[in-house]
Amino acid sequence: MGAALTVARRELAGYFATPVATVFIVIFLVLAGALTFTLGNFFGRGQADLIPFFSFVPWLFLFLVPALTMRLWAEERRLGTIELLLTLPLPQWAAVLGKFLAAWAFCGIALALTFPLWITVNILGSPDNGVILSGYVGCLLVAGAYLALGAAVSALTRNQVIAFVLAVALCFVFVAAGSPIVTEFLDTRLPVLAEIARNLSVAERFGGFTRGVIAARDLIFFASFIGFFLFVNAVVLDHRKAD
Amino acid sequence: MAALIEIERLTKRFAGFTAVDDVSFTVERGEVLGFLGPNGAGKSTTMRMLAGFMPPTAGTARICGADVVDQPVAAKRHLGFLPEGAPTYPEMTVAGFLAFTGRIRGFRGGELTDRVAHAMGLTQLEGVRLQPIETLSKGFKRRVGLAQALLHDPPVLVLDEPTDGLDPNQKHEVRELIRRMAPEKAIVISTHILEEVGAVCTRAIIIARGKVVVDAPPSVLEERGRSLDDVFRSLTQPEAA
Repeated sequence: MGAALTVARRELAGYFATPVATVFIVIFLVLAGALTFTLGNFFGRGQADLIPFFSFVPWLFLFLVPALTMRLWAEERRLGTIELLLTLPLPQWAAVLGKFLAAWAFCGIALALTFPLWITVNILGSPDNGVILSGYVGCLLVAGAYLALGAAVSALTRNQVIAFVLAVALCFVFVAAGSPIVTEFLDTRLPVLAEIARNLSVAERFGGFTRGVIAARDLIFFASFIGFFLFVNAVVLDHRKAD
Repeated sequence: MAALIEIERLTKRFAGFTAVDDVSFTVERGEVLGFLGPNGAGKSTTMRMLAGFMPPTAGTARICGADVVDQPVAAKRHLGFLPEGAPTYPEMTVAGFLAFTGRIRGFRGGELTDRVAHAMGLTQLEGVRLQPIETLSKGFKRRVGLAQALLHDPPVLVLDEPTDGLDPNQKHEVRELIRRMAPEKAIVISTHILEEVGAVCTRAIIIARGKVVVDAPPSVLEERGRSLDDVFRSLTQPEAA
């Protein structure tokens, strides 16, 4: 675990040593703010909550998180540092976990920087801050799910464009799985699959968190989702690290 | 006591060709093995398997008795490895990078600071310790890679082209360093500079098309031909059709 945290620390410092951090955070904050106030009708709906903000987060992360993960392993391969990192005395899972934790902490920082929205609703009304906190936990879990998936895809190819496009597409599958278009289509034809689709949907699970419900089964879903893709990441890395 | 490096029938096959074909050798403490061969002969692949980066298709490699596949972390703890091209994280400072590898190797606090300072001393990096690695010249970058491999004073050193890109003075310093460390360590260096073998190695292995063609002290090699160059060429050129 110590080695994983050492890797995470180095990675996180790496984000801030390059323009990656600034660009990511600025774009995220600008888009989140703009969408919340325009499409989300933050002021007009006259309710003191962050639902308009939370509803856009899974969609924003859908494009921003793969941009973060596409370079995760590809960059190590390009620089050749993967050979250095994986010949240091640390178990392979520690390298995978360290990279994931750094990216996750980074997403957490980006989310935390949306605090002016929270201050705004608290000044304008008296929101249920428990619900807001649960919403943020949900956002973080969605980011974690996308990150784990994107990191595994990034281990698969050294081409960053392919890593990005594939990660967006796969994340989209898990968001869209629970949308009415998909489930209604499946309900009429293959009801069994509709239930599976709903259960695998990241957006569906996230919805509970934004309503203030932190259910054990949703936490287990995200934990196993992240765990599964970190495992895939380690396996893929083992087979393709030298490619 | 068993040799510090033991390689037995090591083989690596990629789709369609065999990069390393049934290579066996051992390196004892006090030996400096020069690993020679034309480009693409399988030098780097052999070293990558020895360092536990690439899994072998067949055969085994052990470092200080630890199998690189079955006990990878134990094997890597005893190993200082300079990968081909001396890769480093460009945005980190020299001291920051060395501290990172030291921390992964389990050093903390004062010991970590001492180790980093010592490794920078061995490789003359003190003057650039707070510079980002990407701003350094090729020779300095190579020395940062070397410092990383020496930081924990490992019994086994595997250096893939340690003097590539260095100027003659720096080459001389690195060879001096290797000679000084040689008595307590088992060292493998790959190179295609033949004079280097005569200068620092106690033994030379020439590898061609994945197979070991010669395993002998440099002096014996020289007796076989007019010079190392001739021997190298005669042994590694593809046979005439």
